[in-house]
Amino acid sequence: MALLEINNLKTYFFTRNGVVKSVDGIDFSIEKGEILGIVGESGAGKSITGFSILNLIDDPGKIVAGEIIFNGINLLTLSEEKLEKIRGNEISMVFQDPQTSLNPVISIGDQLIETILYHNKKVAKKDARKTCLDILKLVGMPAAEKRMGSYPHQLSGGMKQRVVIAMALLNNPKLLIADEPTTALDVTIQAQILYLMKKLSKDMNSSLILITHDIAVVSQLCDKIAVMYAGRIVEYGRKKDIIFNPMHPYTKGLVACLPKLNDENDRLYQIPGIMPSLLNLPEGCYFKNRCDYADEECNTYPEKKQIDKRILFCHKVKEN
Amino acid sequence: MAKYIFNRLFHSVLVMFTISFIVFFIMFKAGDPVELMLPIDATQQEVIEMKHALGLDQSFIIQYGKFLENVAQGNLGNSFRYGQPALDIVIERFPATLELSVLAMIFSIILGIPLGIISSLKPNSILSRVIMFFSLIGISVPVFWTGMILVLIFSVVFGVLPSSGRGEVFLFTSALTWDGIKHLIMPVITLSAFQLALILRLTRTGMMEVLLQDYIKLATAKGVPRRIIVYYHALKNTLIPLITVIGIQFGQLVAFTIITETIFAWPGTGKLIIDSIQNLDRPIVVAYLLCISVIFVAINFIVDVLYTFIDPRVRV
Amino acid sequence: MKLFTNEAVIEFMEDKMAVSGLAVFILFIALALAPSLFTYQNPYDLTQLFLENSFQAPNTNFVLGTDEQGRDIYSAIIYGLRISLYVGLVSTFISVIIGFSAGLISGYYGGWVDTLIMRVADIQLSFPSILIALIIMALWGAGIGKIIIAITLVNWVYYARTARGVVLLEKEKDYTQSAQALGMRNLKIIFGEIMPNTTAPIIVIATVRIANAIILEATLSFLGLGVPITEPSLGSLISNGYQVLFSGYWWTSVFPGIVLMVLVVSINLVGDRMRDIMNPRLKR
Repeated sequence: MALLEINNLKTYFFTRNGVVKSVDGIDFSIEKGEILGIVGESGAGKSITGFSILNLIDDPGKIVAGEIIFNGINLLTLSEEKLEKIRGNEISMVFQDPQTSLNPVISIGDQLIETILYHNKKVAKKDARKTCLDILKLVGMPAAEKRMGSYPHQLSGGMKQRVVIAMALLNNPKLLIADEPTTALDVTIQAQILYLMKKLSKDMNSSLILITHDIAVVSQLCDKIAVMYAGRIVEYGRKKDIIFNPMHPYTKGLVACLPKLNDENDRLYQIPGIMPSLLNLPEGCYFKNRCDYADEECNTYPEKKQIDKRILFCHKVKEN
Repeated sequence: MAKYIFNRLFHSVLVMFTISFIVFFIMFKAGDPVELMLPIDATQQEVIEMKHALGLDQSFIIQYGKFLENVAQGNLGNSFRYGQPALDIVIERFPATLELSVLAMIFSIILGIPLGIISSLKPNSILSRVIMFFSLIGISVPVFWTGMILVLIFSVVFGVLPSSGRGEVFLFTSALTWDGIKHLIMPVITLSAFQLALILRLTRTGMMEVLLQDYIKLATAKGVPRRIIVYYHALKNTLIPLITVIGIQFGQLVAFTIITETIFAWPGTGKLIIDSIQNLDRPIVVAYLLCISVIFVAINFIVDVLYTFIDPRVRV
Repeated sequence: MKLFTNEAVIEFMEDKMAVSGLAVFILFIALALAPSLFTYQNPYDLTQLFLENSFQAPNTNFVLGTDEQGRDIYSAIIYGLRISLYVGLVSTFISVIIGFSAGLISGYYGGWVDTLIMRVADIQLSFPSILIALIIMALWGAGIGKIIIAITLVNWVYYARTARGVVLLEKEKDYTQSAQALGMRNLKIIFGEIMPNTTAPIIVIATVRIANAIILEATLSFLGLGVPITEPSLGSLISNGYQVLFSGYWWTSVFPGIVLMVLVVSINLVGDRMRDIMNPRLKR
């Protein structure tokens, strides 16, 4: 049984200009210890997918359909109290922007310690503090002891993100969701943080969902990849299939964007056009306007196809 | 830290000097008190003698220096009307004014903050709308009219609450006797109506903004219970900037006692200053302005210093 | 920072309370512009007042009753509204101009000019406006012009601070810097580039301050330090009525008070809505 299985998840935002179908019927699953990459442009619904798993959708958004089955339980049927027990304990999350993720008026130590104490009331504060220090050291925080008393504004962006990652790991979660964990950071420490996360999740045998717009990142870190476009998954499968043999024209475009060191043609590939507005989606396949292969057939949304272990939505790719 | 406090203290002293100068300048420009002090049939010679005796024939700068010297000695002259030292009269009345202001402030805070939080959590609920409607009335109705309507309803029509005076005072306050409390109810409500509505609205806006922040979402993602998020994580962020507002608003309350005390014939400084303005009792006006300035400058100083302790971001 | 776009107007219209506030405000302005059209008595023309009408409770002849001199309260309210609105609007207009300029200069030039203006503003803000206005009026005596100056002296600070804040933000933006790089003159940058971006927040604050100015005027008039008795505002009407409140003539003060309250509430409704529209983060 998969650790997490998502079936037909739909998260819509009911705005004054109409219904935005940010996530519109997606399916994927993740096994214990696996790393799944969700990749797509901004606005494709990646982050909303991540927030939906923890039921963290704010008004005017709403999860309107689907199942999120974690360890055999559908999270969408749980009460808020029961969800509180899972959040930060069995499933935890790292946000995109470390500058805004930490409470500015509560000390780093208190923000870390409470994460343990609210989930395990029997732990003595002293022991919780010790655990926090250990994990801070694990994520490479210099002078961890001193940092416990610091406030977020006294830390650099990279240090804050380490705190957030440490916070997410405190209770040995079974699943860690990382939403663009390095986008807001300096390029020089991006790789550091990513490898740290990969290492920690492997060491702790926890699963990781890595949400990113950067196909290069997923191509290096992940076991499985889901490519999202305009609120839907267009291609989903094992990394080696997706990266070395992309089939969906959009995935092909993304992979073509990867810079190759031995490439003689030093111009980077670019997918023409932009993703359509979610308020004004085209009839049929959402990608057709940017697709080199599109024709009449693409005026209906493609059916789901399975080729080996890969799921695909495209008329132009024929089974076998 | 010590340096910061010293700087702020220096700033406060500077402000006090500026204020003393302005107050003196106003008094100097407002004309000659001698005519008011002497009988109408006084001779020209008597006027000149009196002016000389009071030092009023000196230049502006010298008179100002003399004024500062007197202020330093706590001597602000005698009230024209009561014949006693003006400063004593003002100070004697301050407890009544402070009692009213402090109670009104406490009332505004203990009602305003919780109501603000409630209306921020479900801004579209009926309860929130009712709260917001009354807060709108609160910031829109002039203090004097609130007082008047309360008197009309509770004193004139129903006759359940006394319309004037302070009632029985025990120790230094009327809040300790039943009669005193009955006298306090209407003045305190009148004085606090606006502040309560203001604090409520600021708390609400603050909470609504804070609750949308990423760190609140992360706290939820960490599994922190909702009530802890609201009453600790979010409230702490909302209340810190509110401290400054409450400081400034306390000054407003002290000033608005002028109106409340006039309506309820409350024997404090507010009523005194209006009477003194009407009677041209200048030493009292000056004494009042200086005393009240000291209060405002002190509040500002305290709030600034307090802020550096409470907000980790400005710790110096 | 959008306030005059179609979208903002539509959003404003969605709030029924704000629309009714605006409607009431416009109605009051109309009444105040030509009070004689809407009243059956000029309350300050002594030939139209008859002592035998004094202190009549509301009836079919005098819908809101009469005062001591037989003056129709309804007519007096309409004329009083005119004075209250005049003082509120004119003082706000002058404060905006003065405060706006001070803030622009302060924020744009910085240095000692900035320090000086902001120090004055700081000291003034640490003093309750009612007290400052009270002292000014106590020295000068009652008068419409004087009260307008007093309110202006109290209120310019708010616009100065806001304008300065916006200028400091705008100053960092690319277009200002490119305008400077292109060699545009300071004045041209201020009026051509910065001013259009400062208007929206200033308008929102001004709306709320109009309400405050009206209350301040009423309060001073209530204390007998506002407008002269010959030209009574809503505040002076309430004050007059207050003298006889205990004799049971409640209508002389209650009705002007209600009108004053409705006026201020309606302005605040409009101001609140505009502020919400300009703060998109609070939108749900």
